[in-house]
Amino acid sequence: MTDAGATEIPIGSGDDVVRVRQAVREAAGAAKLSLVDQTKIVTAASELARNTLIYGGGGHARVERVDSGLGRAGIRILFADEGPGIPDLDLALTDGWTSGNGLGLGLSGARRLVDEFSLDSAPGAGTRITVVKWGR
Amino acid sequence: METKQDAAAQGAIAELLRRRRDDVLGRWVAIIAATVQGRITERELRAETAELFELAVRVAEEGPRGAAADELRGALGDLSRSRARQGFSPTEIAVSVFALKQALYENMEGGDTDEQAAYRQFIEFSAVMDDLGLHTFETYAAAREQVIADQAESLLELSTPVVKLWEGIVAVPLIGTLDSARTQVVMETLLQTLVDTGSEYAVIDITGVAAVDTEVAQHLLKTVVAARLMGAECVISGIRPQIAHTIVTLGIEFGDIVTKATLADALGYALEHRGVVLGEKRER
Ligand SMILES: Nc1ncnc2c1ncn2[C@@H]1O[C@H](COP(=O)(O)OP(=O)(O)OP(=O)(O)O)[C@@H](O)[C@H]1O
Ligand SMILES: [Mg+2]
Repeated sequence: MTDAGATEIPIGSGDDVVRVRQAVREAAGAAKLSLVDQTKIVTAASELARNTLIYGGGGHARVERVDSGLGRAGIRILFADEGPGIPDLDLALTDGWTSGNGLGLGLSGARRLVDEFSLDSAPGAGTRITVVKWGR
Repeated sequence: METKQDAAAQGAIAELLRRRRDDVLGRWVAIIAATVQGRITERELRAETAELFELAVRVAEEGPRGAAADELRGALGDLSRSRARQGFSPTEIAVSVFALKQALYENMEGGDTDEQAAYRQFIEFSAVMDDLGLHTFETYAAAREQVIADQAESLLELSTPVVKLWEGIVAVPLIGTLDSARTQVVMETLLQTLVDTGSEYAVIDITGVAAVDTEVAQHLLKTVVAARLMGAECVISGIRPQIAHTIVTLGIEFGDIVTKATLADALGYALEHRGVVLGEKRER
């Protein structure tokens, strides 16, 4: 896989979440994702960026274009924070479970919205989530 | 106008910068690092500062009108733009420049003649004035930002009109990117309008919305519940295919909330429930 110019966006406020969303939409459009896939990856990014802000205490997102080598383009987004981490991954990924006052659907829903999802987190060690959405 | 003495002094600075490159550069990086505190990696900072350093040495040789000065201005422009996007303050950015003076000053081999003592005092005083100058700049930037924030806020209110469609029926067309602040304003305005107009039906049209995530959905759901408590019913219209897909995949349930494909359908629904019968004009 090769990448063509990654954009790094700090996440420290609600405005930054909007910025991440815009950057993802732009990248998804450039990678020629379908309208449905664009909307899905933008929505997933919105969820993960907001979790980074609210639970991770802020961090950053890294948006980049990826190529499968088989002529398929996609976009990959990394979300990283140095927050408290997620103590119980299964619980956090359970539909409807929230430690705050959300719907508890952001994390699990984001996983369903993307093609690849990897979560790396431990108590006290922050959280890193990488998602990839491929064009058809 | 350049005198011979100036030229000689310039040459001396350039020579000093070259001779003590590693010390001065190291110190320069350290001062910037202390200000930006981990928001840029040490390696990145070192690389970009080294580049600036080479240009600064050339500027010291060529003076402020040479090609190097143009190049340095360009490089600093790029750096400022990227730092600004990363959320650095003007002072934190300007330090990248001013800190070289400090770094060089600390690396000057000084004697202790009266002249040199006076010179050192002048440098210290100059540093104080630089700080004050930055302070005025920082204050100016903060004032400008406040103006922009105020404008954004008033735009926020302007862009969320609640319109009356019929006696007892109001509608709010949501457009663009919905952040939390905006959704909140829209929903509050809608509830207030329901009260003010005594309306029983509210149509929330999301045709123009780019994405509905759990936060937007939660605001929508809360508004519907609040409207119900006030005796009004909300109808959500304009859920486009890609949004419907996403909402379903996310797992959001709209429960028994009435949804309609278009604003017109929603209006039809509300009219019907209010007992308004519209007749088609008969063809002659
Ligand atoms: N970056 C993170 N750092 C620490 N904890 C996290 C992080 N992201 C998610 N979590 C934990 O996982 C839980 C589930 O997250 P999820 O996004 O599914 O729900 P939510 O944010 O609470 O509500 P919603 O996203 O539906 O509005 C959160 O309540 C939080 O406890
Ligand atoms: Mg969430």
